[in-house]
Amino acid sequence: MLDLTYDTPKPKVIAGAKHDWELVIGMEVHAQVASQAKLFSGASTKFGAEPNSNVSFVDAAMPGMLPVINEYCIEQAVRTGLGLKAEINLTSAFDRKNYFYPDLPQGYQISQLYHPLVGEGEIIVDMEPGIARKVRIERIHVEQDAGKSIHDMDPHMSFVDLNRTGVALMEIVSRPDIRGPEEAAAYIAKLRQILRYLGTCDGNMQNGNLRADVNVSICRPGQYEKYMETQDFSHLGTRCEIKNMNSMRFIQMAIEYEARRQIQIVEGGGKVDQETRLYDPDKNETRSMRSKEEAHDYRYFPCPDLLPLEIEQAWVDDIAASLPELPDEKKARFVKDFGLSEYDANVLTAEVVNAAYFEQVVTQADDGKLSANWVINELFGRLKKDDCDITDSPVSPAQLAGIIKLIKADTISGKMAKDLFEIVYTEGGNPEEIAEARGMKQVTDTGAIETAVDEIIAANPAQVEKAKQNPKLAGWFVGQVMKATGGKANPKAVNDIVAAKLGL
Amino acid sequence: MSIDKETAAKVAKLARIKVEDDALPALAQEFNDILGFIEQLNEVDVDGVEPMVSVTPMRLKRRTDGVTDGNMQDKVLKNAPDAREGFFAVPKVVE
Repeated sequence: MLDLTYDTPKPKVIAGAKHDWELVIGMEVHAQVASQAKLFSGASTKFGAEPNSNVSFVDAAMPGMLPVINEYCIEQAVRTGLGLKAEINLTSAFDRKNYFYPDLPQGYQISQLYHPLVGEGEIIVDMEPGIARKVRIERIHVEQDAGKSIHDMDPHMSFVDLNRTGVALMEIVSRPDIRGPEEAAAYIAKLRQILRYLGTCDGNMQNGNLRADVNVSICRPGQYEKYMETQDFSHLGTRCEIKNMNSMRFIQMAIEYEARRQIQIVEGGGKVDQETRLYDPDKNETRSMRSKEEAHDYRYFPCPDLLPLEIEQAWVDDIAASLPELPDEKKARFVKDFGLSEYDANVLTAEVVNAAYFEQVVTQADDGKLSANWVINELFGRLKKDDCDITDSPVSPAQLAGIIKLIKADTISGKMAKDLFEIVYTEGGNPEEIAEARGMKQVTDTGAIETAVDEIIAANPAQVEKAKQNPKLAGWFVGQVMKATGGKANPKAVNDIVAAKLGL
Repeated sequence: MSIDKETAAKVAKLARIKVEDDALPALAQEFNDILGFIEQLNEVDVDGVEPMVSVTPMRLKRRTDGVTDGNMQDKVLKNAPDAREGFFAVPKVVE
């Protein structure tokens, strides 16, 4: 496999009143599994349906109903594990996590505490070209989502919708390897990208299909290295968990606030309490959820309704064989095969549909850098202006490749290419035919250009003398030639010929 | 392991079952009797014995990923003490 080499980024340092401090961050990301039906029932997972319409008697926890596992959800979790280079546990088991809440009719969540499906893996989190952080994944377990409570529809009542109850989630747990707010956002972005490449989660954060619990602690410089050497958490500070974040911007702001809060406590001689906190974006602060925490005693035990989940190595191997090319590999291949900069390769591989579009362009146009420029600058720029997605692009890869081929063949100038692109974008059509029909063709016939240059020189002897004294005046001749040829002369050829004829 | 009055009260609270204070000592005693009975199992030597999860060798039953259930809002809400506009309506719970 192709790999790009990278250096480790420096951890973020926050200056307190007394000392410098570093951050240590671990994340638990809940990713909704992309599936038709729920984890243990045949009800639909579709978002935005009538309340309580995607609910079976299993989800509503009617007496006597038993869970039957959706094998595809397990396949999706295994695929995710393989995509994160993680070990797959052929035997895993389900446990009950007990608590009462109106949107959890069973009174427990079926999860995997003791024997998760997926073990240790890793994610390479890109920060900038050549700089990336390797974040270790501790585990991925499969569990049920809860329903939704709506508190603002009535002054005295909460309204409960069980449509989301029982939808399959993957909880992806990282080690505390993330060292700053920007890295935390980049971690979520990279994880989301991988999940979308794999097709195991749509990554829609707005709908809550990807949400994170963020564990934050602070330590003095040097302590983290001691932890890494020994894996002994006593070298690190006490952590607080910020629950249920579904915006990359808020994740960064919450971490920043939380780190400063902890620094203030420790520098003031106090002690950070290990607790769960909620971020309030309106006030930009985190607040303790302690009242709830005290009531929480989950009393996990193995779920008696479900046998252990045994899967076969051959099945895992089949899934592994069907994995798509993942972002890191695709990026490395784009750099190597098409001569792209890592930056351009990053942009083009951010979404798998963008990468596929670019590949179709580049294979037809046969010029990596030119294709990358046109896709990123012209096409993406134009689509953005119309608030369009690449899947709605009015310009097909073949059309864009056609324009690029005309540029490469020196048939049209860069300026003409932009005009041609706009015509193809708004009107459609074959670029070559349009260029031909509208006379968009730069004159590269040196004979014709020479004639034009000769005429201008002959008509302006005084200017010729001046130009011989001051070579910068050659530009005047180039301008005259371009004018005489209606802007169709190849500017580079004109430059060269003017210089030669003037003896510069 | 011995269950005292406080532990009995905590378990009752976690289970959302109201137990009057004067009933707690008897409840704690009942817990102790049950646990004492179960603790007899500790006398059995199970070193090197695989935990048995099923009496007959069975594989966890699976379903395929198809929508086969749901679309019965009225039935789901039928037993609810209060339901409005398709939602279960419960006394206000806000964190």
